Parts: sequence; structure tokens; C-alpha cells
Amino acid sequence: MEINRRYIYSDIELDKAEGEQIEALKARAQEPFPDPDEWLDEELKRNVLLTTVDAMINWARRSSVWTAICFPACCAFEFIAANASRFDLARFGMEILRASPRQADLMVTAGTLTWKMAPQVRRIYDQMAEPKWVIAMGACGISGGIFRSSYAVVPGYNRIVPVDVYVPGCPPRPEALIYGIRMLHNKISREHTDIVLPSPADIVDKARELSPF
Amino acid sequence: MTVSLSGSEVAKQIAERFPEVVSEASDQAVVVKSESLFEVTEYLKSNPGFDFDYLNYIAAVDYYDYFELVYQMTSREHNHSLILKTRCCDRDKPTVPSVVSLWRGADFQEREIYDLMGITFEGHPNLKRIVLWEGFEGYPLRKDYL
Amino acid sequence: MVLKTEPFMLNIGPVHPSTHGVFRMRATLDGEVIVDIEPVFGYLHRGIEKLAEERTYTGIIPLTDRLDYLASMSNNLAYVLSVEKLAKIQVPERAEYLRVIMAELQRIASHLIAVGAFLNDCGAFFTPFLYMFREREKIVDLFEMVSGQRLLYNYMRIGGLSQDIPDEFLPALDKFIQQMPGFIDEYDRLLAENELLLARAKGVGILPKEMAIDICASGPVLRASGVQWDIRKVDPYSIYDRFEFDIPIGSAGDCYDRYRVRIEEMRQSLRIIKQAMEQIPPGEIRAKVLHLVRPPIGEAYAHIEAPKGELGFYLVSDNSIAPYRCHIRAPSLINLTALREMMIGWKVQDAIIIFGSIDITMGEVDR
Repeated sequence: MEINRRYIYSDIELDKAEGEQIEALKARAQEPFPDPDEWLDEELKRNVLLTTVDAMINWARRSSVWTAICFPACCAFEFIAANASRFDLARFGMEILRASPRQADLMVTAGTLTWKMAPQVRRIYDQMAEPKWVIAMGACGISGGIFRSSYAVVPGYNRIVPVDVYVPGCPPRPEALIYGIRMLHNKISREHTDIVLPSPADIVDKARELSPF
Repeated sequence: MTVSLSGSEVAKQIAERFPEVVSEASDQAVVVKSESLFEVTEYLKSNPGFDFDYLNYIAAVDYYDYFELVYQMTSREHNHSLILKTRCCDRDKPTVPSVVSLWRGADFQEREIYDLMGITFEGHPNLKRIVLWEGFEGYPLRKDYL
Repeated sequence: MVLKTEPFMLNIGPVHPSTHGVFRMRATLDGEVIVDIEPVFGYLHRGIEKLAEERTYTGIIPLTDRLDYLASMSNNLAYVLSVEKLAKIQVPERAEYLRVIMAELQRIASHLIAVGAFLNDCGAFFTPFLYMFREREKIVDLFEMVSGQRLLYNYMRIGGLSQDIPDEFLPALDKFIQQMPGFIDEYDRLLAENELLLARAKGVGILPKEMAIDICASGPVLRASGVQWDIRKVDPYSIYDRFEFDIPIGSAGDCYDRYRVRIEEMRQSLRIIKQAMEQIPPGEIRAKVLHLVRPPIGEAYAHIEAPKGELGFYLVSDNSIAPYRCHIRAPSLINLTALREMMIGWKVQDAIIIFGSIDITMGEVDR
């Protein structure tokens, strides 16, 4: 069948469009995101008691955290080793590495982030459904690591996504990663979810809106 | 053991075939003029005495007055190797002929040198940025990159 | 009635479970058949060559670890050989033997992951991969005994090694060598005549011999296409000329041959380690070299047979504590040149297998 475009390589306009996207992200990412630490707020803890519903929801959420695949570099292999038979992550319910970010809760950023890769990581983070958490793994994830002074490296993932737990090391041992994951479980168990039930009048209104009769 | 051919010996043979092409010749390497790079490499590849059919690497070095490109090639048949260099003095638009039609392994390496040093290769089928993104300002590996 | 069809572009990667890192392929597909493919990489370009110009010669060794992060010892070895060639430093005997043992153990570890990931791509979802990881944990334990690190060792120094091996290393290594051939036979029994592997990998992604030489490929990719070229035999570095070993050569250049070449190379590595272990002399570990070494003005290129191919470092020195230019000849980048020719005409599923069988590491491709 005929193909009516140049056979050799794809057009340079695609590359230019992507380049503009990267430069725009770089210009926006001058300040790091603040860490989500509302759970540390003392006043909040005194005012709100965690209910039984919270305890149940938090237990469900922290016992089966599914990871999204985002493995640029060397820390990926320590994550895979943590998943393998010696340091078993399946005992925490985390052996699932879903390829699709829409089915994932946790993004473990295992590797150095470069500006070229940054829009793709942001896109994966945006595609994950709430509630979602991020673990910045390794020195490159926290601050750029050994490559910080390079022209093409983002100095830490918290320029691009808000980070919950930082795990230091280069690469961190699987035991250190498991410690970081337990810290994340502790954080999840202290979260408070506001459950808003719609009133009966709202339900009837909505049903009338949607039905054709 | 791979024998490193002496630059001066090879320079004599090149000079017989192509006069006025060799700039310098030392024990380590042969330096040729950049316009005639393609003819010299074609001769080195096709001549049965040399028979260089394997290109080890292409490297670009920035000495402040000129850029130097280093080619090391090996012959599988005779198990000898040679280092060939060429210089281009233009800082604004340095241009060198491409050797992709002789060794296809030079494809990505030349694109990378274009990307990081700014040296244009004539005759390359697809010269565009490869490790950095389009829209990146400047050439990072040059000595005057901030 | 004839249906009108049109080709469309599919983006495979950069975040994809089987692209072995952040590698992107812009594929133009006609149904499921690949018509054109363009590799896009650079998502892990960290500027190691530029960073190397501002660190001292010893300070570059941790940077070289992160090039091919699955074979750190080999990267270290290539770099320190290049500096020793530049500064004309003589390495003591004991250090040479230990370097060979570390490099060959690293080759086994890297090939285990290569084979495991290849089978993962073929569809054997994680079972062979976890088997290979079980053996790799034993090798990683040995390395941890020696250097303290599990993945990026930073063990070799200019003029030798950073520290001597502890007493329990050689008995543990001996035990490993006794057990390992049994495990390799177990993998062979499970996989070599496996119908699924034969159907998916035999005859797929053929790299003919002339093309392999034309693209200047190296390593198992070149040897599986039938070319007899291994730097350990052709241009021996360190003390490889004292050992006896064979080089497995493939015939067809398809994915199955590359897999078999890697399995056989693991067996030959065990042979080299056994011979080296018998011959280790006692003595010094490191030559007397200044910490801030200043090589004389000049340049040098040293290459080794890394698990992925020919890895070389080209160093230019101007008699200061940092190199003037450090260029890295990365085997994975050059092995990728023929990706387009190997994939055109095959389906998307075969493309993943062909890509997995070349065995690249993005840290090396992008540097």
C-alpha cells in the first residue's frame, strides 16, 4: 500500500513541538513544590478525630498500594530487587507493577530526571487517580544527586511533582526502600477523608436531570 | 594483539595517493585536511593493504582555536588499527564531510557530535538533535558554554 | 469491496514496561506490521562527558559506574585502564587477577539480567526473571563483601583496587562456582528447546553478517551474527592472555542465537574465574600513585570487552588534575544503529522481542 510521506524518518516539526513543551515546563519549574505535610499540622490533629470509617479506609488504602512504572535509571534495579524473592514486596500487597498509571496509587521515582523526560513524568502523575502518593527514591530523586551541576538534569523531583517520602541512598538498599514504604503507610494511616453524602433532594434532582422522562 | 600502525608510515602512503592532503603525521596519528576527509577514508577502507572495515569511534575535542575530530579504525582482517584526525578552524559554522556512507555505525555518533559540539556533517541523511531536545540553546560540550 | 487503510503512528515508550529504560520508538504501523520506526532517546542524558571535565581523575570513577549500571565493574575497569595507559602506571599482579575475577563475575550478572529481561519480553511473565535474580543475589552478595555496595561499586582505582578482599571471599566464590553450572544447566533444560521460545525467537530480527560489520556492532550482537571478534582474544588487555577460554559464535544472527551466545558466555566466564582463582598471588593491591594524579600531556584510548560490547574511553590530558576531554565509546548506542532494518516487516510484538535481544542499557546510550 502506498504511503504518502517521506519514507525515511519522521518530520522535524514533531521534535520542535516537543522541544517547546520541554522549554515551557523548564520555565515553569523554577521553584520546588511544597511537600504535602498537612498531616503534621498539630491544630488539625487536635480538632479532628479519626473515625472508624477513616481507620477502615486507610487500612484498605495502605495495604494494597499499586505502583506505576516510571523507571528511568539505576534505582530501578534496586526497586526490582525489592520486588524479587529475597526482599519480598508482595508481603505488603505491592507486587503489582501496573503498566497503566490509571490503575496505580504510588509513583516511585527510580532514577535521574532530565528535562527531556520531565513532561512525560508529569503526564504520568496527572493520569493517576486520587489518592496518589510519590516516593522520591535515591539521591537523584531528592536533589539531582551526583549529576546536580549538569546542564540537563532536574535538581530533584519536587520541581515537577509534590513528593511525600524521600528515601536517600545511591542507590538505596532494598531495606531502605522498604523502610520508606512503611513510612508512607504510616502517613496514609493518619489521613482523614471527608465523606460527603448527597442529600435525598439532590439525588432526586440528579435523577430527574439524567432521565429522559 | 592489535597493532597500532605508525602515523608517519601511513602518511607517506596517503601522500603518494593524494598529494597535499596530510597536515601532520606523528607516531600516534595522521592529521588530514577536512575537505579531503571522505576521499582519504574511502581509500583507507578499500585499499587491500589497509582494509579498515570497522570504525571504533569518532570523538570531537575542542581546543580553543580549532575543533579536532578523532577517528580510530580497525581492520578485522589484518588486525591493525589507525588513528586519523582532522581539524576545522571555523568556530561559527564548522563543517566536515560525513563518513556515514562508508561505515553506518557513524550515524548516531555524528548526530551526537552535531548536537553537543555544533559541528555540521555534510552528507549525513538525517542530521538533527539526538540527546538534547529541539530548542536547546547552545552546544554544551564546547569550552565556552557557560 | 476493498477497505481503504492508512498507516498510523504509534508511540512505544518512553515509559513502557518493556523498553528496558526510557527509550522511545515512533513506529509507523500498517495494521500490526511495522512499516517504519524511528528511535528517540536522550531521556537519560545527564552530561557525564561534560561533568568529567570538572572532576579529578579519581572522582570520575563513581560517574563511570552510572554509565552501564548493570555492569559497574566493567565500566570502572575500562576507565582505569585508559588512565593507566595515559600515565604509564604499572599495576601489581594481585590487583590484575582480582580485576579479572570481578569483571567476569560482572559479566555473568549482567547476562543473567539480559536473558531474564529478554524472556520477560517474550511473555514468560517474570518466572525466568526471578530465577535469574536469585542467582544474581548471590553474585551481589559477593560484591557486597568486597566493596560494600550492591549495585554501583566504585571498587577499582587508578593503579589497582581500593581495598583487598576479605578472607571469606574466596571460599564463598568457590562455593558459588561449584553451584552455578548446575543452575545454568537448569535454565537450559527449561528454555533451550522450549517451543514457545523457539517459535517467538528463532528467525526473528535477523542481523546479517555484513550489516553487523557495517554498523560496527560489538559484543554478543556481533558474535551471534557469525563474526569472530572478541577483544579479549584479539587485543588482550590486562592479563587475559594467560587464560584459556572459548568464544561462542552464532550462525543465524536472530534473537535465539543472541540468547544462546549469552548463555554460553556465562559458562566460559566461570571457566576463567576458576583458572584465575587458582593463580592469585599474594602482594600489593595498588600501585603508588598520587591521589591527584597528573598524567603527562597526551591522549590514550583503552577498550575492553564489556558484557554489552566494546566499551572504550578516549582521554585527553593537559597535565592538570582533571581530564581535558573524556569521550566514552558506548556499545549500546552503536548496536542500536540497525534497529530500523531489523524491525521493518515484523509485527509490534516481535519488535519488543528484537529490541530486548539487543540488550541495551539507557545509561550508556544517553550518557
